[in-house]
Amino acid sequence: MNEESKPLGGKILTKPFLVCAFFAAIAAVLLVKRFIYGIGAVSNLSDGYPWGIWIAYDVVTGTAIACGGYSMALLVYIFNKGEYHPLVKPALLASMFGYTLAGFSVMFDIGRYWQAYNLVLPNYMQFNSVMFEVAMCVSLYIGILWMEFSPTLADWIKAKGLQKMLNRVMFIFIAIGVLLPTMHQSSLGSLLLLAGKKVSPLWHTGFLPLLFLISAITMGYAIVIFESIVSSVGFKREIETPILSKVAGFIPILIGIYLVVRFADIIIRGKIGLIFAFDLKAVMFIIENILYVIPLVILASPGNRVKTRQLFIAAGTLLLAGSVYRFNAFLIGFDPGAGWQYFPSFSEIMITLGVIASEIMAYMIFVKKMPVLPSMRHA
Amino acid sequence: MEIKRRDFLKMAAGTSLFLATGAPAMAREQKSLPPEAVGMLYDSTVCIGCRACQPACKQANDMPVEHSTPDSVWDDPIDLSAKTLNIIKVYTTGRGINKDSETDGYSFIKRHCMHCVDPACVSACPVSALKKNQQTGVVSYNKDACIGCRYCQLACPYNIPKFEFDKTFPQIRKCQLCEHRFKDNKFSACCEVCPTGASIFGKVADLQAEAKKRLTLKPGEYYKYPVAHVKSGQVSYRPVAKYQPKVYGEKDGGGSQILMLAAVSFEKLGMPALDEASDASFSENIQHTVYKGMIGPGVLLAGLLFAAYKSTNKKDE
Repeated sequence: MNEESKPLGGKILTKPFLVCAFFAAIAAVLLVKRFIYGIGAVSNLSDGYPWGIWIAYDVVTGTAIACGGYSMALLVYIFNKGEYHPLVKPALLASMFGYTLAGFSVMFDIGRYWQAYNLVLPNYMQFNSVMFEVAMCVSLYIGILWMEFSPTLADWIKAKGLQKMLNRVMFIFIAIGVLLPTMHQSSLGSLLLLAGKKVSPLWHTGFLPLLFLISAITMGYAIVIFESIVSSVGFKREIETPILSKVAGFIPILIGIYLVVRFADIIIRGKIGLIFAFDLKAVMFIIENILYVIPLVILASPGNRVKTRQLFIAAGTLLLAGSVYRFNAFLIGFDPGAGWQYFPSFSEIMITLGVIASEIMAYMIFVKKMPVLPSMRHA
Repeated sequence: MEIKRRDFLKMAAGTSLFLATGAPAMAREQKSLPPEAVGMLYDSTVCIGCRACQPACKQANDMPVEHSTPDSVWDDPIDLSAKTLNIIKVYTTGRGINKDSETDGYSFIKRHCMHCVDPACVSACPVSALKKNQQTGVVSYNKDACIGCRYCQLACPYNIPKFEFDKTFPQIRKCQLCEHRFKDNKFSACCEVCPTGASIFGKVADLQAEAKKRLTLKPGEYYKYPVAHVKSGQVSYRPVAKYQPKVYGEKDGGGSQILMLAAVSFEKLGMPALDEASDASFSENIQHTVYKGMIGPGVLLAGLLFAAYKSTNKKDE
C-alpha cells in the first residue's frame, strides 16, 4: 500500500517552521518556570477553575481535532470504503501528533506528574472514575496511533520484513484504534457529568457522552478536509477535491443527528428558555450552534461539496463549532460559584501555542522525510 | 455522492451503544450512610463568630497561618484555601445588626468538607487518593496516590478540595474530620474548642436526631445545647432562634455527614442548592451502563476486529 505515498522532500528549515520553532522555544522556557515554581506561576488556574485551556484546548479540543485518524479508519476499514485510503496516512499522522501532545500537555497540567504511574498500579486504580477511563484509553490510544503509523516508519528505515509483519497484524491495531476513541471521546464529555450544578443546564445532560462522540467524529472528517486543503496549498500540490467531497457527504448527516439530540434534549429538559437570557452563556450557546448550522447548510447541497472553497469554509466552521462546544462546556458553561473567575494568563496561552507549534513542526518534518502524503497523479 | 442507507444504519448501530447513556439506569444505587458514620452538626444560630475553631484546626492539622492583607499579624484567611481547611464566614444584609435575621441582619456560616454520603470527589479520583472510610465515612486524602489532576476540585459541589498552585510539589488539602485524632479517643478539633456548642461532633444518627429535635423547639424558649460532642453531657443553656425548617445536609447532594441549621436561608449563606440525587450516582450510572462488565466495548471490539480484518486482507491480495 506504500506505492501510493511518497516523501515530499525539500528543506526542513523553512520560514513557517522557524516561526513555529520560535513559539515552541517560548513555551519551553515557560514550562521550565512551571516545573520550578508551580502551576500558579504561569497560569490563572484556581481552586474554582482547576481546569483551564490546557485541558479545554490541549486535551479536550486537541484530541477531538486529532480524530481524523479515527474517523478515517472508521470509514476505510470498518465501513470498507477503500477509495478513501490515500487520506488515511496523513490523517493518522496528524492524529498521532495531536494525541501525543495532548498526553504531553497532561503531564505538565497535572500537579503530581511524578506519580502518574499510579494510574496503572492495581491498588490505586479506581474503575468508577471517568478520569481513570479517559487516562487509560488516551494513553493506550497514543501507543496504538504510533503502532498504526509504524509501517510507514519501517518503510522509512527500509525494514521491509518488519513492515510486512506489522501490516499483517495491523487489523488488530486498527480495531482497537477505533474502539478506544469511541470510548474516550465520549468519556471526555462524561467528565462533566460529575460537576452537576456547576455546569450550566445548556451543556450538562446525560447525553454529554453521545454528543461529544458524534461531534468528535464530525471534527475528524472536518480536519481531514481542512488539513488536506491546507497542505495542498502549503506544499503546492494538487487539491484532492473529488475524494474530499465524498468525505464531506457524511458530515451533514452526522451534524443533523447531533443537532436533533442536542436540541431535543434541552427542550425536553425544559431548559430552552435559558437561551433567551442573552447572557454570556446564552450568546455562546447561540454562536456554537450557528457554527454547526453553517457547515450543515453548506454541505447539505451536493453542488457545494465539489467546490474547494465551500469545503474549506464548511470544514473550518465545523472545527470551530466543535471547539466552541468544548470550550463552552468546560469553561463558559462552568460556574463554580460567586467570586471565581478565569481567563487564561499570557503564559498559559503561550504554552498552548507552543504545543500547537510543535505539532505543526513535527508534521512538516514527517511528511517531508517519510512516505505519508499521496503521490500526485499529475506531477 | 450517495450515502447508502446500509452504511448509515451500520454507523447508527455502532453508536447506539452510547445512545443508552441518555436513559436513567438502575446499575448503581445512591450510597447510604456507613454504619459508624461520624460527623458534625453546625448550628449557625448558636455560633458567635469567635473563630476559636480556626486556629484549633490549624494546630491539629499542622496548617500554616494565612495573611490576607500585607501587614496582617494574625492568621486572617478570607476563605478556604490550601492553607485553611475550616473557616467561619459571615453573611450580612442591610445594616447588619440583627443576629440571624434576613432584614438588617447577619449570620455566621462554618465551611469545610461536608463528608458527603456519596462523594463526587471519591467518584472523580482516578487513583483512589480520595477515599471514603467504610466505617466512619470520613473522606480522606492520600498524597502518595494523588497525581494532581484536580478532577476532585471540578467535581466537588462545595469547592472543598484545594490545590497548592504555588508549590513545586503540590498536593490537595481538605478537612479530614481530624481522623488522625480518633485513635487517641479525640474528635475534630473545631468541635472540641467550640465554646457555645455551635459545632458539635458525634455519630451522624445522633446528630440527625438532635437537629430534628431543635426544629421542633419554639423560638424564644430555652434549650440545653450540647457542647463539643452531642453526648458530652456539657451544655450551654440558651434561647432558641427562629430556625429555617431545614437540616442542610440531610438530603442535599445525596446527603452529608456534616449537618447544618440556620435561621437565614442556606442559599444566602452560600450553600449550594443541590438535588437529592448525588452527582456521583448520576455519573457512575451512565458510565456503568456503557461499560458494564466491559461487555459493550468487548462486543464492539469483536465487530471491529472482524471488519478491520476483512478490509485489510482484501486490500493485501
